[in-house]
Amino acid sequence: MASDATHAAMSLHDHLPLLQVVVPMLAAPVCGIIGSRRLSWPLAFAASLTASIISVFLLLDTLDGSIISYHIGGWAPPLGIEYRIDAANAFVLFLVSIISSVVLLYARTYVGEVISASKHVLFYACYLLCLSGLLGVAATGDAFNTFVFLEISSLSTYVLIALGAERDKRALTSAFDYLVMGTIGATFFVIGIGFLYMATGTLNMVDISERIADMPDNRTVRAAFAFIVVGMGLKVAIYPLHLWLPGAYTHAPSVVTAFLAATSTKVAVYVLLRFMFSVFQPGFVFETYTLEFIILPFAILAMFAASIVAAFQTNLKRLLAYSSIAQIGYMLLGISMISKTGLTATVIHLFNHGITKGTLFMAVGAYVLQTGNSFFDRLEGLGKSMPWTSAAFVVGGLSLIGVPGTAGFISKWVLVQAALEKGWWVVALLIVASSLLAVIYVWKAVEVLYMRELPEGSTHVEAPLSLLVPMWMLAIASIYFGIDTSLTLSAAQTAAENLFLGL
Amino acid sequence: MRHHLILRVVTKLLAAPIMLFALYVQFHGDFSPGGGFQAGVIFAVAFILFGIVFGLDKVQQVFPTWIVHRLMALGALIYGGTGVVTMLLGKAYLDYSALAHHPEHGQHYGIFAVELGVGVTVSAVMISVYYAFAGRPPRISDEEW
Repeated sequence: MASDATHAAMSLHDHLPLLQVVVPMLAAPVCGIIGSRRLSWPLAFAASLTASIISVFLLLDTLDGSIISYHIGGWAPPLGIEYRIDAANAFVLFLVSIISSVVLLYARTYVGEVISASKHVLFYACYLLCLSGLLGVAATGDAFNTFVFLEISSLSTYVLIALGAERDKRALTSAFDYLVMGTIGATFFVIGIGFLYMATGTLNMVDISERIADMPDNRTVRAAFAFIVVGMGLKVAIYPLHLWLPGAYTHAPSVVTAFLAATSTKVAVYVLLRFMFSVFQPGFVFETYTLEFIILPFAILAMFAASIVAAFQTNLKRLLAYSSIAQIGYMLLGISMISKTGLTATVIHLFNHGITKGTLFMAVGAYVLQTGNSFFDRLEGLGKSMPWTSAAFVVGGLSLIGVPGTAGFISKWVLVQAALEKGWWVVALLIVASSLLAVIYVWKAVEVLYMRELPEGSTHVEAPLSLLVPMWMLAIASIYFGIDTSLTLSAAQTAAENLFLGL
Repeated sequence: MRHHLILRVVTKLLAAPIMLFALYVQFHGDFSPGGGFQAGVIFAVAFILFGIVFGLDKVQQVFPTWIVHRLMALGALIYGGTGVVTMLLGKAYLDYSALAHHPEHGQHYGIFAVELGVGVTVSAVMISVYYAFAGRPPRISDEEW
């Protein structure tokens, strides 16, 4: 295929893995050059929608376990940069681009209200860059290329978070915190890649994994593994490395939070998966120890500690941010099991939590827009005056807890299954117990929304339809994927198989 | 700045040769050390020097901020657009051999176009970094917080 491709003209279908990334990436400068406030939303939406359609094609092509490889510049790997799509990253691409399109639907009104007109072009350009960075991280099969795209998405993320400063100046310090932590993370990551390059002389992931299979006791490789796990851990917000997350999520504009919470940490988890299971093989003893004695305890700690902290928050948005840290704990728990079912649980939770958190943060965005902020004392009784938003919030909350019939249930079910399969029944019990903590913090919000009286003279009205429609699209998705799991479960299983076999 | 006669004269004299040298580094980049990044920085230096000596207002009259911002995006677009062209010609993204009959010439043109994109973006970014620092208000007003 590789040698044919350089001779025969390539069809549009052959270019899909690349177009997935390039369409939003080129739409961003076009957005900047046109510089028109009116045109930037349609442009961003068109680019994002195109990316979504492409991701559906890629997912359908890879669901049977096949792998698509695209050679940039016609240079064959391992020398050239390769885009390598299998079920695992096709699924992540699907999540990211779909969420992005839905969030953009929401953004039109929200950005118009919250961000001053002179910055709209900048917002959409950064958004597109962030999107293309996230898609690039997922699509590429080249370790250094991963770092480059990671930086593209991170740098634009810092700008997007800082845009919250128009409402609350604390967004600036939050963005700066994230910038420092994110840069440290990226530096660790690139040092790890440097060590791998030193040990193997190659940057292509498949090639690296073939070469380090022969050197199980190489200290450089071990150091590389440690650096990559810590570096990505900062981006994932693994429990003790999560400090940037609550501030960034709380103070960013809600539309940005909805997008980031649903995609950015998920893509980082994907990178972690890719490096732990495809580049480094699970047979690598050092990795087994790391997973069992470091990742596993921290995952469980995250599930409890972050949930408890969440239950004590007075700001709904901050509560959800802490809940995100707890949910990331579940994903890491799946990883640390080093089994196919565990990986399936991680991949499926990545998707289900993405749509769930998307719904929740969109609902919070609607509250912020109508009431000015998201502190609980402002939200009293809003279940009556904003019934549709609150109903969407409840659907998202149920999915977050893992009530049967919602997407969250499926991922916890698979996770408990994986734990029992390993014979870790204590862990299984802990998963259930931490779900009860989720009940506490979700109930806290529900109680404020529905059980309290509306304050006297409250004039808050329901959010406009342009916010409700995208919110409900995700809310319905989180119910739909809790009932019909054929797509998500089979994609997650194929993804887990692909990851587990190596590339 | 009125009394710095030597600075003013030398700057005026130097600005054009600096730009010329930038273009040399840019277009000779595939034969000798240099390329888009270095050329972009050198090109920006001409404007930064002019700005330091004559003041921000003067240099912004020559090179307004909105043009600088557009150029940043334009450079990235030239780079990415080269890839799209090779794609339309039936080869992989950024496979420059599609650009001419002989693959070697194609590679040459391709690098040329891509480096031009890099040069435009880098010089625009450098100038805009200078504008941002030089144009910063000396103190943050109370309303800002």
